[in-house]
Formats: sequence, structure tokens, C-alpha cells
Amino acid sequence: MLSTAQMLEKYYLVDKLPNIWCAGCGDGAIAAALVRAVDELGIDKNSLTQVNGIGCSGRVGAYQDFDVIKGTHGRALAFATGIKLFKPELTVVAIMGDGDCGAIGGNHFIHAARRNIDLTALVINNRIYGMTGGQSSPTTPFGDRASTALTGSVERPFDLCQLAIGAGATYVARGTVYHIKQLQRLLKNAIAHKGFSFVEVVSQCPIYYGRYNDEASPAAMLRWQKESAVSVTAAQGLSPEELQGKIVIGEFVAKDEPEFVSEYQALIDRYGQEAAE
Amino acid sequence: MTTPRLLQGNEALVEGALAAGVRFFAGYPITPATEILELMARKLPRLGGKFIQMEDELGSMGAVIGASVAGAKAMTASSGPGISLKQENIGFAIIAEIPCVVVNVMRGGPSTGMPTLPSQMDVMQAKWGAHGDHPAIALAPWSVEECFTTAVRAVNLAERFRTPVTLLSDAEIAHMREVYAPPESVETIDRPRPNCPREEYVPYRPDERGIPAMADFGSGYRWHPDSNCHDEYGFPATNNHAVGDKLVRRLVGKVNDYAEEIHWLSEERLEDAEIVVFAFGSVARSASEAVDVARSQGIKAGLLRPISIWPFPDPAVAKVAARAKAILVAEGNLGQLLGEVQRVAAGRCPVAHFSRVDGLIPRPEQILARIKELA
Repeated sequence: MLSTAQMLEKYYLVDKLPNIWCAGCGDGAIAAALVRAVDELGIDKNSLTQVNGIGCSGRVGAYQDFDVIKGTHGRALAFATGIKLFKPELTVVAIMGDGDCGAIGGNHFIHAARRNIDLTALVINNRIYGMTGGQSSPTTPFGDRASTALTGSVERPFDLCQLAIGAGATYVARGTVYHIKQLQRLLKNAIAHKGFSFVEVVSQCPIYYGRYNDEASPAAMLRWQKESAVSVTAAQGLSPEELQGKIVIGEFVAKDEPEFVSEYQALIDRYGQEAAE
Repeated sequence: MTTPRLLQGNEALVEGALAAGVRFFAGYPITPATEILELMARKLPRLGGKFIQMEDELGSMGAVIGASVAGAKAMTASSGPGISLKQENIGFAIIAEIPCVVVNVMRGGPSTGMPTLPSQMDVMQAKWGAHGDHPAIALAPWSVEECFTTAVRAVNLAERFRTPVTLLSDAEIAHMREVYAPPESVETIDRPRPNCPREEYVPYRPDERGIPAMADFGSGYRWHPDSNCHDEYGFPATNNHAVGDKLVRRLVGKVNDYAEEIHWLSEERLEDAEIVVFAFGSVARSASEAVDVARSQGIKAGLLRPISIWPFPDPAVAKVAARAKAILVAEGNLGQLLGEVQRVAAGRCPVAHFSRVDGLIPRPEQILARIKELA
């Protein structure tokens, strides 16, 4: 595995550092896991394209030496779709937050999954809108507090992985910042998978989520990730009640289905053949 | 020339766009622009190009931007409600300087309005639809032939200026049929691309005309287009006053300082005209006939027809205002271009107005009656 020094040298725009993230944030570790996965896959820097959204997660690419387009809020997967469809030889990774992907970008998310377009969607789920100061998000657990839910959220949250599965994603996995080695493996599998890959990373926002929910220490939040995690296999033997408050981690789905860009290319080839005859 | 054919406006527009090199289209069904979507779906894969019907209008604008950064000449088409939804990403294409063409087949508004009927109500939206200070380029055809020629020009201007270009058609122009023989080939312009070593590439450092060179994603230059105010490297500089000031002024200046390159007008019987009708698109068809009839009745009338609406053709209007007895602005809205003409005329001659906003284009005699009042 790349050492930190090697990773910075090879993949980071060191002159753009330090990053803007708060102390204790999970984004930096996730960014590093992504780069290490790319490195292990042997993907050339010039053929990996990153699409970022808006929010804290939208700054991952700003420090990394790839082609990176930082689009509008929620639209990362729409931008990514245009890139991948026009230039299928590129490996495209879209990085979003839980609000970015699950709220304002929800429609692009479910349709990218339905289409099974060969993209990797990495969603950093810190269960809150961090960049704007701690508002509740579609993944804020019922009863948890945020600046727009001071006495506790009265909305039911999304399970983004279940949403991805329902929408037809052909690779779906969840990791945490605490289980960083596993996350790196999941990202590697997701990027290598041909089709729409969805990886949710449960992350920590000590500054907003933590402070609103009496859990402000980054170490305590990482401990929570460690102690709440249950593997996909172990979860199969647990009742819904037993799974309350748990984070199910690992691969939920990995299957082959017709992939959109390849199917479109086949159409082009068919027309080309007809014209030649 | 090809063989003359009976073509629909939307069909000619698609042919023009393809002739100019459009190889990516993303869209969403909407009247009266749907034929463009359907024809692109049919034609692009046969040319090795890519078509996608996206989940919504926001997504189709996003996909167009993605394809353009990957190197495509890319286009989308819609009408009022859809164009409103696209504004967010049109703003992105402006600040990140991503060439693309947005066709607005205008229908009556506001909101879903009168979906199958023509209007010219989106003239100001084409200029100020996206928030923030920004440049705007918009072209408006009045015939099937011009659907083809303005589509070619729109693609070329988007590439030349690295900014979105709006093509303002309307339900009348889009759905009418005329005989036209598209040319075998057209002159095309490609965006400036870098040819320096990667280490020397500064993605947002402009050339002497204010336009930076744009590398295709995947070509090895590795750059960072960003929705935020950014420095010459594309890196966010959201609290840097000097960088913000310089960027916004350059974005506007790179178009407005070269407006003469964009201005495209048609003049009919203007030489000695006393009453000059200023009209574009479908309304100008009636205005043209009104001018002919006025002439046959001894009234010195003429028509100044902008084919490029934005940047506004100030010099042409100023020239007319200096010697006309009156200018009559005829348009399918309640005065969106009237204000522009008044601004440029600046009191040098009276500026009268004729509007129709009931989903019909004016009859020539209605415009003629106004010409007679002014003569």
C-alpha cells in the first residue's frame, strides 16, 4: 500500500493543502482510501475522472491530481453520465454527501442506478448538512438533533443502500471511516465493477452532528462506528429490532446486468454494420 | 447543395446542429421541442454520436456539460418550463466556461402556459435566466432555413466563446415546413485546446481575447472546472475579492467586447425608411409583409430584424434611430425588447410598440395599421 508520503507525492496537489475540513472530519481519510483503491487498481491518473457535488464532500477532488469537475448541488451523477457516455474509456467516480445524493440529487441517483451506467457513486454519509452549519438531512436518524430539528428529527431517514438496491444498482456496499481498510477494498471492488456501483461511507461530523447530539469527540464517534457495525452476513441472522441503531457494513449486491454505455455502443456498432452492408 | 426537401423547423435545426459537429444530445420530452429530442435519438447513434433521454431537465443540462468537458460539441433542447429548470446548470456552464447549445422552442408562459402555441416571452430569460452577472449569446431564426443556419452558428459561437449559446425558436418556426436544401458541409469552429506541455497548462488563463484553452477530460492535462469563483488554476477562491472581480469582468467582457463578431441582422428596405419595424423570429415574418404592403401604399417603411438577439445589436439600432421618423418594435411579449430599443434610441426618435401574447403571431395588417399611425 502507498505510504502517506507516496500518496501525497503521486496523487495530491500539495500546494492546495491544508484542506478546509474541520479537525476530526472523516472526509480526508475517505479521500485517501479512494486514492489508494485507484492506485491498487493500477488506473492511470489521466483516465480517472472525478465528479464532485456541493458540500464538505464536494471538496475531495479539489486537492487531488485528476480531471475533476465540481458541479452543482445534487447533479454530480448527471455530469458523470455525460462524461461516461461520451467517453466510455474514462473511469468515472462521483463523490457526494448524504444531502447532495439523497435529497437534492435523489432523482439522478435512482435513475443512474436504474440505467446501470458504469459509474461509481461514493456517498459520504455524515447524517447532517455540515457545510451550511448542521441542518437535518435525509439520513438524520429519527429523533436526532440538528439546527433545523432542535428537539429531534420527526422525519424517517433513508437507508441509502436499500434505496440503491431498490433502484437497481448492480453493486451496493457500505463501509465506515473506522473500518478504513475494508472501505478501501469496497471502493476497489466498486470501481472495478462494470455497472452502477454505490458505496455509502458512514462518516463523522463532530462539529455539527456531534455537538447537536452530545457526541462531539471524533474518537467517540469512531468508537460508535466500530461498536455499531455488523457485517452483512451477521445481519442476516438478526431481527429488525436487533438491527436498530446498527450499521450494516460490507457488500449487499454485486451482480452482472446489461450496462447502459455498452448497450448504447452496441447500438452504434449495429447501425455502423448496417451502413457498411 | 443537397436536394431541396420539405423540412420542418425542428428538423432543420437538428440537421444544422449535426452539420456543425454536435455529437452529444441530452434532453427531456417537452412540447414544442420534442421533435428535436426524437430526431437526435434517431440520428446520433448512426453518426457514432451519443444521445440520452435524461430523468429530468436539470439532469439533461448536467449531462451536456459532462459531455462537453469530455470534448463533445453538445446540445440540449427544451421549452419554457424546462428552460427554467436548466438555469442552474446553464449558470455552471457560464462560470466554468463549458461550450454548449441550449435550444428554447418558445411557447406561451408563465409556467406551463400555452404549450402548443408560439410566443417570444423568453427573450429576457435568455439573457438573465441564470443568476449572477454573466454574458449571454442568443440567436433567433425566422424560417426553416435559418433553423439550420442559426444552429450552425450557435454551435460555432459556443466553441469560439466557451459559453452556452441559446437558440430562441418558437412553436410556429419549429413546426412549420418549408422547402430547403441544406448545404453539403458548413464551416465549423472548434474550441481552443491547449498544445503546451501539461506542466505549463493554466486552465483558466485567458488568451488575448479573454478565452482560456480547454483540455478534453482524459487528454492528460488534468484540470478542475468548478462552480465556485475560481482562480486561473480553477481552484476555488470564494473569499478573494480581486480574483472574483477579475473573473466576473472577464466572463462578461470576453463576449461583450467582441459583440460585433456576434451581431447578425437582416435589413429589408432600410435605405430610405422612415418607419422602421424592429422584429425577430415568427413576428418578423408578419412585419416583413406589412412593410411590403406599406411600401406599395407609398409609406417608406423598412424592417430591421435581429438574428442575434444577445448581445443586443446596439450599433444597428442606434444607426436607425439617428435617421428614422419612428421605430416600431413588434414582438410576442409585452415589451422585453422595447426597453432595449428605447435605451439605444435614447430619445433620438419615438419608439412605438406592438404586442401579441395570445398564442398567435400578429397578422400583417395589424402591424401595417401601426405603421400607418406612425407615418
